[in-house]
Amino acid sequence: MDFRDTAEEARFRSALRRWLQENLPEGWGSPGYQEPEGEARVEFYRDWSRRLYEAGYVGLHWPKRYGGHEAPLTFQAILLEEVGRAEAPEHIGVIGLGMAGPTILARGTEEQKERFLRKILTGEEVWCQGFSEPGAGSDLASLQTKAVQTDGGFVVTGQKVWSSFAHIADWSILVARSDDSGDKHAGLTYFLMDMHAPGVEVRPLRQITGDAEFNEIFMDSVKIPADRVVGEVGDGWSVAITTLMNERANLGFALTSRLDVAFRKLVTLAKATGTNGTRAADDPLVRDRLASLWTDVQALRFTNYRAFSSFLRTGVPGPEGSVAKLFWSETNQRLTKTALQIEGAFAMLGTGSDRAVEGGRWQNLQLRSRGNTIEAGTSEILRNIIAERVLGLPKSR
Amino acid sequence: MDFAFSEEQEMLRASARELMNDRYPPERVAAIADGGGFDREEWPAIAGLGWIGISVPEEQGGAGLGFLEELVIVEELGRALYPGPFLSTVVLGLEALRLGRAEELISDILSGKRIATVGWAGEDGRFDVDPAPKVSWDDERLSGVKLFVPDIGVSDLLVIVGGTAQGAGLWTVDRDAEGVTWRELPTVDGTRRQGEVTLREARATALHIDGPASLERLRDRALAALAAEAVGLGSRAIELALDHTRTREQFGKPIGAFQAVAHQLAQAFLEVETARSLCYWAGWAVAEGTPEASTAAAAAKARAAEAAVAACERAIQTHGGIGFTWEHPLHRYYKRALGIAATFGWGDSLRARVAADLLDPP
Ligand SMILES: Cc1cc2nc3c(=O)[nH]c(=O)nc-3n(C[C@H](O)[C@H](O)[C@H](O)COP(=O)(O)OP(=O)(O)OC[C@H]3O[C@@H](n4cnc5c(N)ncnc54)[C@H](O)[C@@H]3O)c2cc1C
Repeated sequence: MDFRDTAEEARFRSALRRWLQENLPEGWGSPGYQEPEGEARVEFYRDWSRRLYEAGYVGLHWPKRYGGHEAPLTFQAILLEEVGRAEAPEHIGVIGLGMAGPTILARGTEEQKERFLRKILTGEEVWCQGFSEPGAGSDLASLQTKAVQTDGGFVVTGQKVWSSFAHIADWSILVARSDDSGDKHAGLTYFLMDMHAPGVEVRPLRQITGDAEFNEIFMDSVKIPADRVVGEVGDGWSVAITTLMNERANLGFALTSRLDVAFRKLVTLAKATGTNGTRAADDPLVRDRLASLWTDVQALRFTNYRAFSSFLRTGVPGPEGSVAKLFWSETNQRLTKTALQIEGAFAMLGTGSDRAVEGGRWQNLQLRSRGNTIEAGTSEILRNIIAERVLGLPKSR
Repeated sequence: MDFAFSEEQEMLRASARELMNDRYPPERVAAIADGGGFDREEWPAIAGLGWIGISVPEEQGGAGLGFLEELVIVEELGRALYPGPFLSTVVLGLEALRLGRAEELISDILSGKRIATVGWAGEDGRFDVDPAPKVSWDDERLSGVKLFVPDIGVSDLLVIVGGTAQGAGLWTVDRDAEGVTWRELPTVDGTRRQGEVTLREARATALHIDGPASLERLRDRALAALAAEAVGLGSRAIELALDHTRTREQFGKPIGAFQAVAHQLAQAFLEVETARSLCYWAGWAVAEGTPEASTAAAAAKARAAEAAVAACERAIQTHGGIGFTWEHPLHRYYKRALGIAATFGWGDSLRARVAADLLDPP
């Protein structure tokens, strides 16, 4: 056990820090900086992703032949930490890098790997995830989108919902029912669907924050060629599990270092906010809460590290990912809520008000955090997973 | 970066667990806790295993391993509710003697010949470092009252922590020397008994230490070790609840199939595992003497004790009526967890220190 970087890791980390310092977009992170909107925003993120790729900071642990670097996994963990710490923009391919890519790497054909992986890394192609449906959320296996086999492929009809990035996506990982004669877990097939194919329609959904990051996807007789199936026809459930395990495994480092940054900003807020001449940072109740949140962030950091070492040993993401995701989402909610409490009545003012504290960012973060306990497995589902798969309790269903 | 225990450390853990299962199964611990307490004749066997000097360098007669290895053992002892004086003699007493370079006493402790405990808190029950609880030291004679002195009944050597006008100090006193009176206090937790010591101009030897820094080191070791005990016993309490809820049936199914039961245990697991992460981090930081060691140890002890107490409470609840009986072993885990929470500061007072480290400029 040694929590310090090796010499090699330290070199990698400091080179990366320097690169980020020198390459962050002009004005990024400075007060009053406005991110570009609409088309320009997509272009901005695509360009940033390309630059990350060219600097050698994308796909660190992926095979070289698909554009990766075959670097040790610890480098990937360092990358996620440092990008979070620098509050740098994210690579545009969140779903591609975290879900579609690892699934194709683990389960895809050679042709699929050649065709898709490099373009995920470069940011040329953006992916979305078409799993959830109006009638199938936590109970994903009950999904009803139909895939009818024809010669040369499948014809897909149905509806997906809550699909992040679908409005800008070129491809979707999609699970559909190819056979409804048997058990609900059997008869599912996992597809790579072209979002520009005829019959695909995307409608943005406005979220609690007012932003529209997720969407409905309607599919009306969309043709998907047979070579865009991942795994065997009818084996889609097990491929979907590969995706979900990777989703949770990848979240940890990036999210925790962002939480660490958020905590430091919360401390700044507590020092800057005062009533009747006392700073919030001097109020014993606030101090207790801050110490507790700091403890949470550290606990999360080292729980990630522990999960990571078991991942290094076994090569597959373990159930610790469920613990980390559950704990992170609830910590983030507590942290952003504390900011509102420190703000007092000013917590009523959101973005757009010149009286809002820090431009209303904490209000936005608090609202966004409500989604954290729903997306990527609700907290209740994660507690089921811990109870059943980690603790070996009998199934609740 | 490497966040896992080595194969050797895992082997040490396995052998400690086996030994505890063998010599201190719950029935034995119950008999000791409910009866006359730990028998000091059983202590030299611990010396024979090389555990006393586990983190002492080989040149000084120890095993030459580190504090992390010591912590692995402590976690297993916590898991078994080991009722012997390991925390008092090894984690605290021996380290205090080492800080004060009391060579002769060190070798007596290492061999198991003598057992040392530490008197820290004064009559207000606080384990302060700077200023340390007041004692008076005059003409080679020490006076003062010490409360919550663990394992006093089996110890023969007292290490006294105290503050005088000259600053922080450590003294050694024979428990049975003239001017010393002591008694055991009836503690809720029978697996770690606490005592009261009154010194009236008792003959003592002052150890040469590095002021508050030495006391801080002692306290940080104690906090990390208490966190490890808490994590060990918290995990065990969860296991007992799992065994029960997997098999006990109501309404035609195992009660563990009810989410209201299962989710309590999933939450207990989450809390103990995240506390475990803090505990290993703190242990590593204390072992290496890194700058965050004190803050980490305080945060880890606060969180681990709270997690262990909550795990025991959930285990009692999910056991139903049987969990409320004296006959069932669970109450001893709960009482030890509460004892851990109450010693060296409850969570809120530890967090007050964490907050000061984070928020107040040095
Ligand atoms: C911000 C955000 C982004 C998302 N992005 C995507 C995406 O890109 N792609 C995608 O496919 N999906 C996405 N989702 C959808 C997400 O995966 C689902 O919302 C989630 O799985 C829950 O499904 P549901 O909304 O149908 O709720 P339901 O499954 O109906 O759940 C409602 C409530 O019932 C509880 N519940 C359900 N079953 C059980 C049970 N067995 N035991 C106990 N409680 C239970 C749930 O925990 C929840 O509290 C996103 C969601 C959010 C909020």
